[in-house]
Amino acid sequence: MSDAAPADPRRRSLENTSVRVVSARATLPTRLKNLFSRRELLLGLISSDIRIKYKNSSLGLFWSMISPAFTLGVYYLVFSIFLKNGIPNFVIYLFSGLIVWNMFQNSINTATGVIVDRAALVKKVSFPREILALSNVGASVVYFVVQLVVLVIFVAAVGHAPAWRFFLILPLSFLSLYFLTSALAVVMSAVNVYLRDMKHLIEVLLQLWFWMTPIVYSYENSIALHLQRHGITFLYFLNPITLIVVTFQRVFYVNTVVPSTVAPHPLISVLPTWSFDKFLILNLFLLAVAVVSFIIAEAIFGRLEGNFESEL
Amino acid sequence: MTTVIDVQGVSKKFKIHHERHQSLKERLLHPRSGTTEVFNALSNVNFTVDEGETVGIVGHNGSGKSTLLKCICGVLKPTLGEIRLRGSLAALLELGAGFQTELSGRDNVYLYGAMLGFSKKMVDGIFDEVVAFSEIEQFIDTQVKFYSSGMYVRLAFAVAVNVDPDILVVDEVLSVGDERFQAKCVDRIQRFQQEGRTILLVTHNADQVRALCDRAIVLDSGDMVADGPTQESLRIFREHLLEDAVEHDNARLSESIRIDTVTSPTGSFEVRSGSALHLDVNVHANSAYSGNFVMELFTRGGLLMSRSDAQGSPVNLVPGHNVIAIDFAQLPLLDGLYDLNVGIVDHRGHTVIAWSEQAATIQVTYDGRGAGIVELGASIRQQ
Repeated sequence: MSDAAPADPRRRSLENTSVRVVSARATLPTRLKNLFSRRELLLGLISSDIRIKYKNSSLGLFWSMISPAFTLGVYYLVFSIFLKNGIPNFVIYLFSGLIVWNMFQNSINTATGVIVDRAALVKKVSFPREILALSNVGASVVYFVVQLVVLVIFVAAVGHAPAWRFFLILPLSFLSLYFLTSALAVVMSAVNVYLRDMKHLIEVLLQLWFWMTPIVYSYENSIALHLQRHGITFLYFLNPITLIVVTFQRVFYVNTVVPSTVAPHPLISVLPTWSFDKFLILNLFLLAVAVVSFIIAEAIFGRLEGNFESEL
Repeated sequence: MTTVIDVQGVSKKFKIHHERHQSLKERLLHPRSGTTEVFNALSNVNFTVDEGETVGIVGHNGSGKSTLLKCICGVLKPTLGEIRLRGSLAALLELGAGFQTELSGRDNVYLYGAMLGFSKKMVDGIFDEVVAFSEIEQFIDTQVKFYSSGMYVRLAFAVAVNVDPDILVVDEVLSVGDERFQAKCVDRIQRFQQEGRTILLVTHNADQVRALCDRAIVLDSGDMVADGPTQESLRIFREHLLEDAVEHDNARLSESIRIDTVTSPTGSFEVRSGSALHLDVNVHANSAYSGNFVMELFTRGGLLMSRSDAQGSPVNLVPGHNVIAIDFAQLPLLDGLYDLNVGIVDHRGHTVIAWSEQAATIQVTYDGRGAGIVELGASIRQQ
């Protein structure tokens, strides 16, 4: 501590420091700036989230692989062995979608209740409150990376070459996923303060959402024709997670049309036969939508945040 | 001098829900029901604090002092007005509120530092100092959930005061820890003062304010009623406390008993140190009343010298004029002015029936060599 130093340097530096303003409502740019300036707190909260979760378990982070691997096994048994949907290497197809979904679902499920759960902190310490929700998203990103590593190892092990050309789109797709998830997580965490049922409602809605996304089934193979007949394909793609899942599947599963493993081996189309350019444009568009959603979510949070203290 | 805290027209209103509907079903069934009442926790508070000042905020429970502090720290947002702050701020609002009980003390120091807005690098630099100050070296890698409440609070305090804040905000936390740790905290706050940092201290302990602050702000049900030198503000604070007590029992008080004057047989309130003093309190009563009599003697600095009562023998007032005598056999006070408060309370001492603040001012003259406020009569000699 600088007790030997005279008060002068402190004074000079104080005069030059910027003025922070606490007022009824901060403008959106100020909110975003504050949020960015507290990124170190975000990292701290993420690491503490993860450490607390695996504090007394001997396998630690390994559990975040075991649980999806088990799910994977079950789906594999059901769709490849018993129901025989005929898609070869179905595990890769399934896992590339499932890691995306897990990241989304984990984030939303944990973030929805986070402000209510940590009311004591919210009422005592000053920091941008949405960081709590974002830290849950961040923790889910870590699990996502762990699962992605598992997927890559698995793909390499079975000698299945990914679509290298499409790899470029993967970061775009991931960023879209990150911003969309963050947007929903931030809004839900605030809404749950006013409507405590939201936590339970969102769990139910997420189950429905899961089946509206082509993860354990192939969109092209099962429902594309039905949707086309009624001219409502666009409705299906309004679900933003769909494009992200399809992009991941395109990169890791690669094949769009494959012969079925079930005799008489007809050709089945598994993924949309879009060109690289179409994937790129759609993903760029989605990223723009995701970033805008996040900014809107911040604005909504700012509105709802003002009354937290009388609701918590 | 740089202004570091500038509070401009700050008001804070709370909505109080009389019937809370927080589930979806209830919200849908009763969209507009459940009465809400608006509670003004703060109304139009204005003040500035310059760099290096130590300012006390006093007020009784519910006066809005904690709300004001939370607004300054940014935990609450004011309904109206704004607060401008310069420099980093560390708040000791509720110590350890940010702790994660599952994590070790070490992890929590970093997390708490980040919550206060300080970087990891900075916390690295002060980590040893924090641990030394909190005196829990042995347990720093133990999960915080196994800490005693004292250890918990000490660690939080240690982080907050070691992160090198420009502004330190303290709310009633100096009452934590054992006596030795408290002394250490006060010591640290005084060092902060010497280093020219700004301190905001919220308490209802007038003694603490007197000991540490240059200036005090008094809040009373959300209004700022005083902002000035500590002694002046504390006097106003005491008066407001009394007014409140009076308000509670207004009916009984106003109609029946009144303290008129305090007189001295000699007509003068000047007394030599160590000599006797006799005072008469003239009380007017509309009806007979039996209660207790209380007198307080204060220094001009607001320090309570003595409070005493009729010692079990009730004061029986008769309708009309009454005289109650106060006798000091020998007043051991030293040079200075002393304010006398007198009052009549009920037998149990719970209700103030009549009160007169600063009913008389006694001037004590002293020509001995001693200094201070009281003559203890010590004789000093070599054995």
